[in-house]
Formats: sequence, structure tokens, C-alpha cells
Amino acid sequence: MGENRAEVPGCGGDSQPPCPDQVLENVLENVLRFLTSRRDRNAVSLVCKSWYLAEALTRSELFIGNCYAVSARRATERFRRVNSVVLKGKPRFADFSLMPLIWGAHFTPWLTAFAAAYPWLEKIHLKRMSITDDDLAQISHSFPHFKELTLVCCDGFGTSGLAILASKCRQLRVLDLIEDEVEDDDVVDWLSCFPDNGTCLESLSFDCVELPINFDALERLVARSPNLKQLRLNQFVSIGQLYRLIVRAPQLTHLGTGSFSPPESWVPGEQEPDYRAAFAACSSLVYLSGFREIVPDYLPAIYPVCGNLTSLNFSYANLNAEELKAVVCHCYKLQTLWVLDTVRDEGLEAVATTCKDLTELRVFPIDAREDSEGFVSEVGLIAIAEGCRKLQSILYFCQRMTNAAVIAMSEKCHDLVVFRLCIMGRHRPDHLTNEPMDEGFGAIVMNCKKLTRLAVSGLLTDRAFGYIGKYGNSVRTLSIAFAGDSDMALKYVLEGCSNLQKLEIRDSPFGDSALRAGLHHYYNMRFLWMSSCKITLEGSREISKALPQLVVEVFRSGLAAVRDEDEFVDTLYMYRSLEGPRNDAPTHVRIL
Amino acid sequence: MDRLESYECRDLNLKATELRLGLLGSDERESKSGSGVTKSHKRAFPETAEDCISSTNSSRTPDTDRNGELQDCTPPAKAQVVGWPPVRSYRKNNLQQTRKISSDHHHHGNGGGMYVKVSMDGAPYLRKIDLSVHRRYPELLQALENMFMVSIGQYSESEGYSGSDYAPTYEDKDGDWMLLGDVPWEMFSSTCKRMRIMRSSEAKGLGCQ
Repeated sequence: MGENRAEVPGCGGDSQPPCPDQVLENVLENVLRFLTSRRDRNAVSLVCKSWYLAEALTRSELFIGNCYAVSARRATERFRRVNSVVLKGKPRFADFSLMPLIWGAHFTPWLTAFAAAYPWLEKIHLKRMSITDDDLAQISHSFPHFKELTLVCCDGFGTSGLAILASKCRQLRVLDLIEDEVEDDDVVDWLSCFPDNGTCLESLSFDCVELPINFDALERLVARSPNLKQLRLNQFVSIGQLYRLIVRAPQLTHLGTGSFSPPESWVPGEQEPDYRAAFAACSSLVYLSGFREIVPDYLPAIYPVCGNLTSLNFSYANLNAEELKAVVCHCYKLQTLWVLDTVRDEGLEAVATTCKDLTELRVFPIDAREDSEGFVSEVGLIAIAEGCRKLQSILYFCQRMTNAAVIAMSEKCHDLVVFRLCIMGRHRPDHLTNEPMDEGFGAIVMNCKKLTRLAVSGLLTDRAFGYIGKYGNSVRTLSIAFAGDSDMALKYVLEGCSNLQKLEIRDSPFGDSALRAGLHHYYNMRFLWMSSCKITLEGSREISKALPQLVVEVFRSGLAAVRDEDEFVDTLYMYRSLEGPRNDAPTHVRIL
Repeated sequence: MDRLESYECRDLNLKATELRLGLLGSDERESKSGSGVTKSHKRAFPETAEDCISSTNSSRTPDTDRNGELQDCTPPAKAQVVGWPPVRSYRKNNLQQTRKISSDHHHHGNGGGMYVKVSMDGAPYLRKIDLSVHRRYPELLQALENMFMVSIGQYSESEGYSGSDYAPTYEDKDGDWMLLGDVPWEMFSSTCKRMRIMRSSEAKGLGCQ
């Protein structure tokens, strides 16, 4: 610690006793080391100058929620002893093709700064950023102690970068690639590149690397990775190959199976390994996912571990109610469950019966189209509400819903922190009463005092937003689509939700007057996204002039930049920043 | 061959249908490729379809489709709205094969998506595009142009794609690389394995096989 401290006059030298100020600083730093929550740390840094300095010296994890809110230089100058960084780039709506492909969020400039400032860096966690193979090579060269790389929804890299990372980062413990777009032009056998004499690997996730792998290399890798606890495979690993892996690694706690089916070449009737016994040997398994291309006949193999499972992800497995029931009836410790709606209301009823500790449920649609059939409804939601009282987080895609069901959930699940309901057909009312879904969502904000994240859907009038504005004081993230009647709706939200940080809106009739209603609050937010609303270029300019530390980006679909003569703006994306307009914006993104 | 007749139904003459919506360089292209317009034997879209084309600068209601997607007024199914329902393309793409029957049959198709990879020469990344949301070539071409921020030019049977530096190609299930538009849409969408937006110079020898 001492080497980074500025010289304090009159207090140098080992022979003299430390002066009181220095003692206090020592104590402070030693205490602050234990503070991990960044919100607490932010509060600490505001107390006074010396606390600010002490906090800056002791912060070891740097979290940047918007890579354009602050520059790498500013961050590295303030925080000198960081060994772990979390960086987030594009806003979430980029996941739904609402953003131009070329937009920004490049990791390279950050990496350059980190390489200079934090040669001892151990962990990098990126979300929605572009990272290249060269960046991966740079990481390998710049950080001799590098241990953990987690990339979520990133793009720009391929297997050649992974190969360099695998071969050069000898202390690598975690390599988690989650829902990334991995380039596949150049297929390199990266799994063979890990050190021959053994690895420190604890977690390896590559399900999004949609390329065939060298299975023998993987098998040898698992065999020489004694600390491996988490392994998430891609769909090019068949169930027979999975068997070979798990018998070598019964210590696994988290397993993402590959394709839960035999390979093409398999002949029915051929002798098969004892999958059940292999799973039974994995007595520490608490998390299961994968199950791509599932052949449900193989599901009984996992029954021996179900009693220990806390997390189960069947969201890529087309299972019906019976098949799900047969599994979840053993899963009494389950806390997190992701499924497809193919399990139907009946499947969810089974979950509600057994999984009393459930805290997170996600139900995804097998047919993600607006006019698809939809296999779950208010019946499933009510069952979950009644059976899973400890529910904290829910994401539910459906085509039919009622206010009564949503109200029921609000009344029974007091611990709800995240409520995301997606009625896929736009503007759909309560299908029994034909009323708007206002009362349901109103009840959620009224009754769920811990709610911080809300996504609304269905037919919604301004009234719903009146409720959200009035009762949604704790809401930090709000997603609105195809909702509301007028500017009043957005005004209610901007004037009422004092803790709002992330607001993403699409296809709703909100215009400039509503936008103005948030001027008092935009500096407190991470971002505002509005696409296909009624925002004009003039209105956007007004905001930009009124709030100089807000970066206001406008873009439109198609190739061209927004022109001065355009009246309306397709997309408005604005965020606070200490740096002013970024210099890496492509020509079709206009910064006002 | 009845190709001439069957192609009458496919209009790849984007300019005449004004699908461009004032994109960069469109004026330039008009003067260059004037003769190419009349040469085409393809007919323009009927009046009704043009009325349905959404314009980004008119006042809109929440129901208007985004991104210049051609709204076909005649078929009963709704044109899909971009990015709705909000399911990540990674997930949509992986729903195509969520179940196998223990015989050799693959159970396809209820994922609601037919994603194929698209690469572009010179661009540092791949993308995936959902063929099932498009019903004909102009829509797909528009989507490709939007996706890669490039103009693709006009198709003509004899000359391929003229008026731009790029030509869209695809690999069919036999491994052959074809020019987009050479075969009827249905054949294309069922045999296309991946696409590549090639530089025009390289695309010269392709197609019309």
C-alpha cells in the first residue's frame, strides 16, 4: 500500500512515529478494503477529500456501466490499484436488432489504458462490447497474472484469439463465453492450446462457440484440470462424449450439457454407457443447462442429481408437461428455473407444487413471433404465484394474460424484485375481461415494495403509467413497448420514479413535451432509449442544449445519418458522460 | 427453361419500387444505371403494395412497421416487427433444433426462425439473418443493406448485380455458391446454408448455372 501514497510532509522515515493523520489513513484504508459494494464505496468517496483518496486507493474492482460515460484515462487516473474490471457497452435493445451493427463499444482503447495502468490485472468482464482477436492477444501479453475472462453478448473475436489466450495465460481460471457472436471464418483448434502439463481452469463455458471441437483435446483438457468445477459445452458434444467427460470430472458443480442426444452415426440398439451412474457420481452438481437437441428418453439419467439442483436451464429443450414433471418432481431445492413454454401451464403447475424455494423463473417462447400460438397463460402464472412464494425474479412470455393473475402474483410474491411480463401480441388486453392491463401492472408496483426492474406489455393506457409513476419509487430499470396513449404516460414516469436509471422505450406515442419532463432527472440516469416514438430532431437538440453533460445520439434505420431536414428521429439514445461526445461514432450515428 | 416467366414475379428493381427511402448515394446511382432500369423485364409492384411502404419521416402511429420493411397488404399474416417479441437472436437461432426423436429424424421448424450466417468481404464480423421473416428478395436485400451498411445494386439476370461494389451470394446445400436471385425464392430459402456479400469483382463468375 505504502508505495502509492503521496508523500505527507513531516511524516516520512521509519525512525519517526507516524503522525495521527497517517494513522487515520492507514486505518481507513484497512477498513475500506472490506467494502465491496460499489454503491457503498461511492458513498464513502463523497465524505471528504481524504476519504475520496483512500477509497480510490482501495477499490480493487472497477465497474463501468456505460463505457462512454467516462474515459479510460480518467478511470485509471483515479483508481490506481484495480485488479478486476467490469465494462458494459451497448444498451440492451441492441440485442433485438434495434441498433446499427456498427455503433461502437470497442474494448481496445480501454485495454490499452489498462495494460499501462494495471499490469497486475486479473479479471475482465465485458458485456455487449466488441473485443477483437488482437485484444485477446494483447490481454495475454499484458497481464502475466490474468485469471478470469467473462464475455457476455460480445462480438468481434474468434477462435484464433481464444487459442492465444489459452496458450499464453498460464494462470487462467475462468473462461466464460456467454451468448457471444463468435466469428467462424477461421476455425482454430483452440482447445488444444491450453498448457500441456496441467491447467488452473475452474470454469470453462463455450456453448456459444458454434463450431465443431476437437473432442479428444477437450477430454485431455478436462483430465488435466483438477480444479475444474464448471463446464458448459456446445452442441457439438454428443451425449456419449458428455459421458466420457463427466466420468473424468465428477467434482463438477455446474454442467452445461452439449447436445443431449447421440451422434448421427449412432445405431439404435448399440450398447450405451450408464449415463445415470455417471450423473449419480457427480454428487456436487447444483447447476444443469444445455440440453440442446434433446432426446427426452435420456432425461432419466439426471434424476440422481435433481435433489441437489439449485439451478436448471431447460430453455433450449422442447419438453412437454409430462417430461418436465418427471424431472422437477425431484427438484425440491430448485431456486432458478428456465424453461420453454412447451411445458405449458400444466408443467408450471408441477413446478409450483415442488419447487417451494424458487426465486427465479424464466419462461421463453418456442415460437418467438407475435402471432404464434403461445402455450402458457394466466393459469401458469397464478400457479407459480401460489406455489412459489419466495419468487424474486420472473420473465414470462405468453399470448394470453389477465389482470387478475398479475394482481395475484403481486399479492402473493412480496419478494419480487424483477417483474418482466411479455405478452407477445401487441396491444393485447386482458383476454377474459378485454380491459387494458393497467390494473395488473398497477398492482405490481403498488404491492411489490422491493421491485427494481419492470417490463410491461399488452394493452396499456396512460393510467398504467400513472400507477408506475406514483408507486414505482424503487424502480431502476423500466422497459416499455407499444404502450401508452399520450405524453402524459411518460411524464408520469419521469416525474414519479425518482430512482429510475435505465429507461428503454420503443414504439410508444411519446413526444418532445414528455421528453422535457425528464430534464431534472437525466443526469441521474445511466441512459434513456426511445425508438419509433414521436421525438423530433428539434426536441432532441433542445435536450442536448439544456444538459451539456448528456450525450444525445440520434440515428435512423438504414444507411444514412439523421439529416437536418428530418423532422422525426427514429432512435434517440442519450446518456450522461464526463467526456462529451465520443470520437469513435460512425457516420450514421449523429451526436447532437 | 421457364425461368424468364417465373422470374416475372420477382421484382428486384428496387429503384422503381422506391424501397431506398433516400439512402446515401442513391442519386448518384440513378444517373449511372439509367439504362439498367428499363432493360429489366420485371414488373414494378402494384399500387397497393407501394402504399404500404412505411416512410421514416411521416408521422407515425405505434403500429407502423420499422426500418422500411415492405408491408405486403395482401397476405393475411402480419409482417413481423423488428426485434419483437424481445428474444435475443442467439436464443431464436438456437430454437431451431430443440428436440430430436430417437430415430434419425430431426424435428425442425417450430423455432419460428430460419437463421443463416451472413458474412461480408472486408467486414470484421459475421451476422445472422432470419430468412423466415422475408417473403421475397427485395425485402431480404433491404435487410442485408441495413445490416451491413452497404448498397447492393440492382439485379438483372444477365448482368448480376450492377451499380455497386458488392453482390450478395449464398451457398446452397450442395456447396455451390450462387448469386442471390438466380433461383426462385422458395428454392433459395429452403436450400440456402449461408450467405456472403462478395466484392463484385469476385462474384463475376457466379450464378446462372
